[in-house]
Amino acid sequence: MAASVRDTQPWLDPAAEPHIKIDKIVKTFGDFTAVDQVSLGIHKGELFSLLGGSGCGKTTLLRMLAGFVVPDAGTITLGGTDIVPLAPYERPVNMMFQSYALFPHMNVEDNVAFGLRRDGVEAKELKRRVGEVLELVQMSRFARRKPAQLSGGQRQRVALARSIVKRPQVLLLDEPLSALDRKLREATQFELVNIQEQVGITFIMVTHDQEEAMTMSTRIAVMDHGRIVQVGRPSEIYEFPASRFVADFIGSVNLFDGRLKESFADHAVVDCPDAGTELTLAQAVAHEEGYELCIAVRPEKIYIAKADAAFDFANRLTGTIKDMAYLGDSCVYHVVLATGKMLKVTEPTHGRWADQPFAREESVQVGWVPEANVLVGA
Amino acid sequence: MRALFRRLGLRGRSLVIAAPFAWLIVFFLIPFILVLKISFSTTEVAIPPYAPLVTWADGAIQITLHTGNFDYLFSDWEYVAAYLSSVRNAAVTAFVCLLIGYPMAYCIARSRPEWRSALLMLIVMPFWTSFLIRVYAWIGILKQNGLLNNLLLWLGIIDQPLEIMNTQTAVYIGMIYAYLPFMILPLYSTLEKLDTSLLEAASDLGAKPLRTFWSVTLPLSMPGILAGSLLVFIPAVGEFVIPSLLGGPDTLMIGTVLWNEFFSNRDWPVAATVAVALIVLLVVPLILLQRAQERQEARET
Repeated sequence: MAASVRDTQPWLDPAAEPHIKIDKIVKTFGDFTAVDQVSLGIHKGELFSLLGGSGCGKTTLLRMLAGFVVPDAGTITLGGTDIVPLAPYERPVNMMFQSYALFPHMNVEDNVAFGLRRDGVEAKELKRRVGEVLELVQMSRFARRKPAQLSGGQRQRVALARSIVKRPQVLLLDEPLSALDRKLREATQFELVNIQEQVGITFIMVTHDQEEAMTMSTRIAVMDHGRIVQVGRPSEIYEFPASRFVADFIGSVNLFDGRLKESFADHAVVDCPDAGTELTLAQAVAHEEGYELCIAVRPEKIYIAKADAAFDFANRLTGTIKDMAYLGDSCVYHVVLATGKMLKVTEPTHGRWADQPFAREESVQVGWVPEANVLVGA
Repeated sequence: MRALFRRLGLRGRSLVIAAPFAWLIVFFLIPFILVLKISFSTTEVAIPPYAPLVTWADGAIQITLHTGNFDYLFSDWEYVAAYLSSVRNAAVTAFVCLLIGYPMAYCIARSRPEWRSALLMLIVMPFWTSFLIRVYAWIGILKQNGLLNNLLLWLGIIDQPLEIMNTQTAVYIGMIYAYLPFMILPLYSTLEKLDTSLLEAASDLGAKPLRTFWSVTLPLSMPGILAGSLLVFIPAVGEFVIPSLLGGPDTLMIGTVLWNEFFSNRDWPVAATVAVALIVLLVVPLILLQRAQERQEARET
């Protein structure tokens, strides 16, 4: 098996030519700009996610790749050829629809065979390929059923089979798992990745579910207001958010506004009125004193301890627990600082206990290391 | 009152179901039984002009069912021909309505939502004028020196007026015109519900627009096609006004035959027999069709 793009990371190599090149694409509907000057390069074999809230332009971008929406400006090249002038039925691209869009009057087999028939694949070959792909998604037993006789999860598999049977160069997935219940969704996430690696097709997925994007993607593009705000591997997006928006959108986060007090060679000190104290950052900030900035700290990076415990952290605050929730694998605490700011803290439940280690309204200390602080701009 | 209903076994729910049943019994079943009764009688110079079925004489109740009317119906070629030409006229009408109505319904269903109700209104608008007046208006258009002929003469397309009025063509024009809305409305409602993502999926899988239409749009609009065709076909078989106003001597429709038997010949039993045969002719295929549909649905779920 060839090395996965997850390991080779071709996007790090500036000389590597992306398989799909989206160049300054613009699409407006009336006076609403859905996609605004978006440029992206996606490499062969990637499972690339477009992540964002509703109305951020991710679906419009996907539909432009499929050919259902014609861009106002910009180009999309696939393997070196411009696909913008091509109709949807001329593109070597297939799409898996959010609603699955299975043909209700055809059985599973005919649904899957529809695309192959359009290509004039001969009967024997067609039967073999349909059988093969139904085997892959474990739907062989249901080949003669109509979509109405299938469960949501089964329909999702048929939709996937139908969209990969033509072996497209790129598969577009529009919220592929949103119609499934949570348990099935989690199982399907891994399965979809496995299938993608088996068939070796480049996947471009639209999702609003950050967990889904984090679990499955080789890279994620976070979109907001028709623009791409950050592109990176899931861990990069999470640990090194480029902006306040990304930090806030992906996972939960505590944000502190402040002014630069002093910057040293390897660290900086920021005065944060929100926190009621100074916070230490593990990096130099190349700005003059008083520069306004914002610091993000993930809840799981914060330690929590009793008020009288020995607690030694560069960033240390005190507060009162206002709310807490036991989630099984972790506990979430809402700690209100003396300044009135609420801080989210997540503690993994390492031990087993029936009673909570902390009580509501208890005074506690919270602290974290300088490396946990992320500078996310003003 | 409530106690009385309860003693009769009537609860709120059964009362609600009973209302339409009562309606059908009073206005459909009983009149039909009356007509059926007359069809088994013979004509008489009396009031009413037919022989009673039940007679009482010499201490015996005698029920006499004459089947001669039905024999007569099949022995006289005129009736069979009238039935066949009615069915043919209705089928042609339904088919042409489908050919004209489908693209219209399709366009309305695909137009911008704010336009749809206005366009549908235009389809329904002719109903605001009396049906009879609209048929008379067609006489004004189609007759020898009518609007159509004058226009074509003025344009120089023809130099002899066309003979349309009082021909089969005029009957077709009138019937297609009159029944078109009944085709468009059910077609529109199925086409409007058609999920556009299915069309996108077909296109995405490599189907050109025409292929998408044949493989996806047309099969999925079959319920609308069927409903519209029945809504046109059934009343068109028994149509009487249009053939008698626009048709000529060669127009043979069962509705006209029925009218003649009843009013001109004053032969109520034969008229009743024609009506019963007409109902059997229409109802039996309908029941078979519905059975077939139910079986299909049962297979799919």
